[in-house]
Amino acid sequence: MTDGLSPPMMNGKRAGWRAFDAKPGAEAIGLGLALLAVIAVFSLLSPRFLTLATFDSIAFQLPELGLLTLAMLMPIISGGINLAITFTANICGLTLAWVLHANGGSDAGILAFLLGAILAIGVGTGSGLVTGLVIAYTGAHPILVSLSMMIFLRGLGEFLTRGGDISGFPDFIQPLGHGSLIGLPVPLLILMVAVAIWHVMMSRTRLGFSTYMIGSNIEAARYSGINTKKVLVLIYALSGAMCAIAGIIMVARFNSVRVGHGESYLLITVLACFLGGVNPFGGFGRVLSVVLALIILQVLSSGLNLLGANQHLATALWGLLLVGVMILRWVSGRLGLIMRR
Amino acid sequence: MPKHVVPRLLRAHPTETWLVIVLAVICAGLSLTTTQFLTVANVFNLLNTSSVNLIFAVGLLVVLIAGGIDISFAVAASVVQYVAALALAGIGGGGWLSGLAIAALAGMTLGAVNAALIHYFRIISIVVTIATFNIFFGLLMFFTHGVSIYSLPEWWTRRAVLFEYQQANGTWAELTLPVLIMSVCVIATWVLIRHTTTGRQLYAFGDHPEGAKRLGINIAAMHFIAFGWLGLMAGIGGLVQVHYAQEVVPNALIGRELDVLAAVVLGGARLGGGRGTVLGCILGVFLVSVTQNGLNLLGVSPYAFKMIVGAIILAAISLSSAPLGQMLARGRQRWQS
Repeated sequence: MTDGLSPPMMNGKRAGWRAFDAKPGAEAIGLGLALLAVIAVFSLLSPRFLTLATFDSIAFQLPELGLLTLAMLMPIISGGINLAITFTANICGLTLAWVLHANGGSDAGILAFLLGAILAIGVGTGSGLVTGLVIAYTGAHPILVSLSMMIFLRGLGEFLTRGGDISGFPDFIQPLGHGSLIGLPVPLLILMVAVAIWHVMMSRTRLGFSTYMIGSNIEAARYSGINTKKVLVLIYALSGAMCAIAGIIMVARFNSVRVGHGESYLLITVLACFLGGVNPFGGFGRVLSVVLALIILQVLSSGLNLLGANQHLATALWGLLLVGVMILRWVSGRLGLIMRR
Repeated sequence: MPKHVVPRLLRAHPTETWLVIVLAVICAGLSLTTTQFLTVANVFNLLNTSSVNLIFAVGLLVVLIAGGIDISFAVAASVVQYVAALALAGIGGGGWLSGLAIAALAGMTLGAVNAALIHYFRIISIVVTIATFNIFFGLLMFFTHGVSIYSLPEWWTRRAVLFEYQQANGTWAELTLPVLIMSVCVIATWVLIRHTTTGRQLYAFGDHPEGAKRLGINIAAMHFIAFGWLGLMAGIGGLVQVHYAQEVVPNALIGRELDVLAAVVLGGARLGGGRGTVLGCILGVFLVSVTQNGLNLLGVSPYAFKMIVGAIILAAISLSSAPLGQMLARGRQRWQS
């Protein structure tokens, strides 16, 4: 631990994690092998698995969950959590829908869409900002703050929509959810750009470094000159902005907005982060490992779908997978300790 | 010294005192603005409707005190409901005693699954319970295909009135069985955490696990007692919820875990362990339900309830944490000087 320069290697808060942190990428290699194993099993079970159709179904379903997981990732690395992500995405979708409807509904022009998208991102950033401000300046636990923000946003959305659907959008937003560009689905491209931005931000910028430091030890970070309050506010604001992108994609994909849509994603995003090796206490975790974990989850669910099982079995398997991976990490941590003696 | 009661209470139980004040202000306001709030029927109604949440809340309180967190208990309660419905049909109906026994056993088993994963593999509770949330819910929906059960034993769904009272206007105010079960659960939890050695050990373990271990506290027992107790409460709460709703719907309780968590933490239980009281827990649950009840009586649209409740919780934590705490501290110094 003497050369601890890259953020994930800076701290040995928990012995169990050191085994992985000592070798950057060990986590990613493990997850890559797991992904290959899942793909191999499904290819053997179903001849239709290794086809373009499967790739398409994965590529179109991954982005919503992926973008929301990115929104969850930063707060968790900082030692917090943002339970308001799904309803923030809903509220942002509502904002976009409202602007489109105010400008002619299905006849709305591209300018109305751009305005709506900008406002949606503003609303997402704003709600994240409020969450961040309360967390940073009152010292209340992020679970409680983001939970009450979630209850508030859910209530606000239900109040505004009376629990109903809003639809009737112009046709040109459809490609955002269903179209393809240079052979790749547009939502997947958006996810890839978002992942790239998040990866660079977390591994190459001051903000990313400060996020890891705050997650490791917020007091030490403060004493070493990091403006922890400002960084916390920024983290939750960025998380909210990412929710807005997810909300916009959801509008385009379903051609409607309903509050509560994607609600079940909330705990799945946390599961994906933990599966991707993010430390639940904060301080450690890599964007690319989490993306690998996401792909594993989606391949598992699409593969089971192909075999005729329903989404609920996939949900149960996701839970079992997380338990299995955590047990394996415990075993390897144990082995690491024995080897060192 | 009666003069010093308030500052002493504030020092010893800041969250509880603060909640009592807020709750008293809300109740006073509602009594003045509505004619129905301060009636026996409405108070009984509040107790009847809060029973299930309060049973869950005291269970979750024990886990929070022991330094854990549980996301899976509401889904576990749904599993218990289904298991109990099937088992009771298997034994030909049963009664409250056999129903409670089955629910308690099934609930504690699911709690023990969480405890075992947490203790033997050293996985932290939020990871374990998010995993078991998905496992329980996925398997429940997979095996039941999301089908509800409506044909339940007669005793289970029949309204059991404990106490009734005819009001001046001729309507009856009724206190029902869930309130009795809730009271027993609340008192049992209070006895467990305040008046037993195990209870003191749970606080000590939650406050400082390593220190508790060096004192010779049995760590495995702590995990199994805390999560077993929550499992027990989840099972009983599930049984009572069916009594109230008169049907078993596999996804009826999903999402309840976060509402209960918000109420318990609002009541002063610390995420991270070692702090929390039954009184705070009761106050947290009632702050939410009194607010909803009051909004209802004031004729506010039901769609706005959650929004207002969320805003109130957000305001409560913002006020009670930093600025108000400092204000109270200054007030305290002035009092003492």
